[in-house]
Amino acid sequence: MLAAEKRFVDKLKTYLVFAGPTTLVFITVIILPFLFGIYLTLTSWDGISKAYTFVGLANYAQVIRDSAYWASFLRTVKYVFFTVLIVNSLGFALAYALTGNKVLGQNLLRTGFFVPNLIGGIILGLVWRFIFSNVLVYLGRTFGISFFSYSWLANPNKALWTLIIVSVWQYSGYMMIIFIAGLSNIPHELVEAATIDGANGFQRLRHIVLPLMVPSFAVTVFLTIQRGFMVYDVNLALTDGGPFKTTQLISMHVYEKAFLAQQYGVGQAQAFLLFLLVAAISLLQVYFTKKLEVEM
Amino acid sequence: MNKALRCIMSVLRHLVLYGLFLLFLAPFLLVLTNSFKSRREILSNPFGLPSTWSLSNFVTAYRRMGFAPAFMNSLLITVLSVIGIAVLSAMTAYLFARTDWRFNKVLFFAMVASMLVPFQAIMIPLVRIYGGLSLLNSRWILIYMYLGFGASFAVFLYHGFIKSIPKELEEAAMIDGCSELQVFFKIVFPLLKSVTLSLIILDVLWIWNDFLLPSLVLISAQNRTLPLTTYYFHGTYTSDYGLLMAALMLTIIPVIIFYSLLQKHIIRGVVEGALKL
Repeated sequence: MLAAEKRFVDKLKTYLVFAGPTTLVFITVIILPFLFGIYLTLTSWDGISKAYTFVGLANYAQVIRDSAYWASFLRTVKYVFFTVLIVNSLGFALAYALTGNKVLGQNLLRTGFFVPNLIGGIILGLVWRFIFSNVLVYLGRTFGISFFSYSWLANPNKALWTLIIVSVWQYSGYMMIIFIAGLSNIPHELVEAATIDGANGFQRLRHIVLPLMVPSFAVTVFLTIQRGFMVYDVNLALTDGGPFKTTQLISMHVYEKAFLAQQYGVGQAQAFLLFLLVAAISLLQVYFTKKLEVEM
Repeated sequence: MNKALRCIMSVLRHLVLYGLFLLFLAPFLLVLTNSFKSRREILSNPFGLPSTWSLSNFVTAYRRMGFAPAFMNSLLITVLSVIGIAVLSAMTAYLFARTDWRFNKVLFFAMVASMLVPFQAIMIPLVRIYGGLSLLNSRWILIYMYLGFGASFAVFLYHGFIKSIPKELEEAAMIDGCSELQVFFKIVFPLLKSVTLSLIILDVLWIWNDFLLPSLVLISAQNRTLPLTTYYFHGTYTSDYGLLMAALMLTIIPVIIFYSLLQKHIIRGVVEGALKL
């Protein structure tokens, strides 16, 4: 046991041995950049000059007036909205169908749905780039399906949907796994009792299973919102923001502002504002799903 | 519900699920079959099987993308980062769980709070600070950064688990003359095996697949990890589809092998990781 009545020097020694390295990396990799980042938003640093000119809140004012930032943000909201909706519905439907041995080859199916999640976003994006620009176009032209005969990646009205499709494919299996864990925690007696009382399949789902699954949904919706707002890899590899920036999501916008346009102060102000917006959305989401939870 | 209806429902359920299953795996299967074909063969029909099962695309892609060095970079960075995160975080979590010094509480709170901060909110000043000190473009700095980005979640995960272990064993070992470090490595750390395994799996998947951080830190080509190398290879050979598909297969195969070896643990780790958030 780490004795309670130690002298300060001994305590310090124990601290340094056990937590010294972690404290060092945590402060130098997370805390200092975070604080320096806040300072950066108050300057007009261009990435090259030695001097940091203090500009107060001018960067924030510029971000608030920047219509490209808000266009990108709204596009991201649209992308997140559809991704959250479809990923969670499909993930839950798959989990519900793949529990309780209703289906032959249950484990094989689970594995198949989960596998895309193991592979990095860059690779997934490149795989689907081939699918959208070659395979589907080939299908469309060979069978005369005009819906597919031109690449979706080149169509400003459809390109955002390619991102949503790939994200659904990437995350549905992941959420399915979390839902399966939640479903297997529901006591059998409850469902059986409802069956004896004459509830049909839909009623059992609606009044027994879904209310008990609210904690699982709290987790999956939180994860999908977080990942949705921060998506970068798939965006870069699949569409690279094109055509005509119609799929440039907010992370890519921030990246370009800072590292390509070299407006580090403005870029960091955008990143910081994004962090605050997403944190606020996530807290609201956690608050509202907590209210939906039922006592068991 | 009568029997015939139930039977039809069951058949329908299987049809829908296996249809979806095929749809989910189709992208991988298409990449696989096309990785054996020439560019001309792919353009004329991406669905056909290859006329010859030649490995020449794989050999060429392997050499031109520099698969071996990239794989070794990814392996080195992933293994060292993950071991570092697990050992250092377990030690820290042990100290935090077994003492109530005020500084520990402050730091623990800061770490938990930092889990809400996305990488994008830190990347610009991070690049500025480390770039300003001329520390970028090194695999060691990347590993150092992974220790920082991985520590909070790992400490949080271990902390919860250590709290549930009774202290008596450690006290007995102390009385027998073990030092604090011996107590930790001989008694506590072995008890953390299942958490450590889950943590390692989550962090391996994260670091192996990560793109944004290494793309900012590793500048020269010989330091690049596998996702970076694949991405840049794609940029160079944009329309040489056979080669590209082979390159994608080469990067996918190691992950599939890792998954098939540790399937049960991976599923458990992913669930635990998500539910701990």
